[in-house]
Amino acid sequence: MDSALSDAAVQETPVLALKILVAGGFGVGKTTLVGSVSEIRPLRTEEQLTAAGRGVDDLGGVEQKRTTTVAMDFGRITIRDDLSVYLFGTPGQDRFWFLWDELAQGALGAVVLADTRRLTDCFPAVDFFEHRGIPFVVAVNRFAGTRGFRPEEVSRALDLDGDTPVVMCDARHRSSGKEVLINLVEYAGRVHAARLLAEVG
Amino acid sequence: MAYPPRRYLPESSFGYPTPPQHPTRWYDDAAGPMVRPYAMTKGRTRPAGREFDLIALVVSDVPDAMELPVGPEAGLILDLCQNNALSVAEIAAEIDLPLGVVRVLLGDLLAAEYIRVSRPVPPALLPDEHILQEVINGLRAL
Repeated sequence: MDSALSDAAVQETPVLALKILVAGGFGVGKTTLVGSVSEIRPLRTEEQLTAAGRGVDDLGGVEQKRTTTVAMDFGRITIRDDLSVYLFGTPGQDRFWFLWDELAQGALGAVVLADTRRLTDCFPAVDFFEHRGIPFVVAVNRFAGTRGFRPEEVSRALDLDGDTPVVMCDARHRSSGKEVLINLVEYAGRVHAARLLAEVG
Repeated sequence: MAYPPRRYLPESSFGYPTPPQHPTRWYDDAAGPMVRPYAMTKGRTRPAGREFDLIALVVSDVPDAMELPVGPEAGLILDLCQNNALSVAEIAAEIDLPLGVVRVLLGDLLAAEYIRVSRPVPPALLPDEHILQEVINGLRAL
C-alpha cells in the first residue's frame, strides 16, 4: 500500500465495483461495444411483467403474475484485484424501462450509443440519463458507408447540454471502445467534482 | 395432424407414419426449463432480507459447501464465491439462472451467514479523483 495513504487509518481496503451502462437503440452496437472492451457474458433476468404496468393497471390482489425473461449483456474489466468496472448493456426495448431504473442506481455513468441513420433511437436513453442526472457521453458508432457528422452537429441534433461529450467510435475495436470509456470516466469525474463544489458553495 | 385413431399397425398398408427409432423428447429448449426457475426458491420472488445490487460483491468463506444443508444451486453459488469475490451479475450469468432467482438464493445464504456481501459505493459517495484516475489508467492499459 502507498505510504501516502497509510495515515488515513485504512483498516481494510474495500473492494470497489463501479458500474457503467451502455444504452442506445436496438442494433446500434451495445453488445459489440461491451464485447470489445471486456469479456462478455449474457445475463438473464426473469422480471415480472406487471412491473411494467405499474401505475397503469391496478393489480392489487392479483396473485398470478406473469414473468418475462430479459437478456442483458454484461462485462467486467478488472483494473486491479480490488477494483473492477462492470459494464451493462441495457435492454433496447422500451417496455423494459423498469429494468433501467435498477441498472442506473449507483451507476458511475453511461455511454449512449448512437447511429446517425437512426438518431431518434437514442432519444429515450438521452432523456433518461439527463433526467436522472447521470453523467453520460454520446458515442456515435460509425457504421461503414454512413455520412460523417461532426460531433457538434450530433450534439445539436440531440439538443445536448453544452458539456456532454460526443465522441466518434467504432464499437468493434477495443482501442475505440476504450477511448469512449475513458472519455466517460473523465467526464463523470468532472461532473462529480462540480457537484461537490456546488454542495460546498 | 393425422395420427392413427386407435391402434398402431406397423404392417398396415395405410400411410401411417413410421415410429421413431428413438423415443422423442417431449420437451425441448423451446418448452422452457424443466424446472421452472422459481421452483428453486419455493416460489419466492424477493429475497428474505434486503435487495442485492447487481454489482454487490459476494464472498463465501465456508470451508466445504458440500456439507451444508443447502440446495444444489445454492451450493454452486458457494463454490463459485469460495474466497473469490463475485458480483451478483456474474453469479447469475455463471450458473445461468435468472437474476431474481439468484437474489432469493443469496438472501437465504446471507441469512444463514454462509456468505458475506459488500454493498457497492453509494451514488452520493462516488469514488474520488484518485480512483477515477486509476480506472482511466487501467482502461488505457487494456
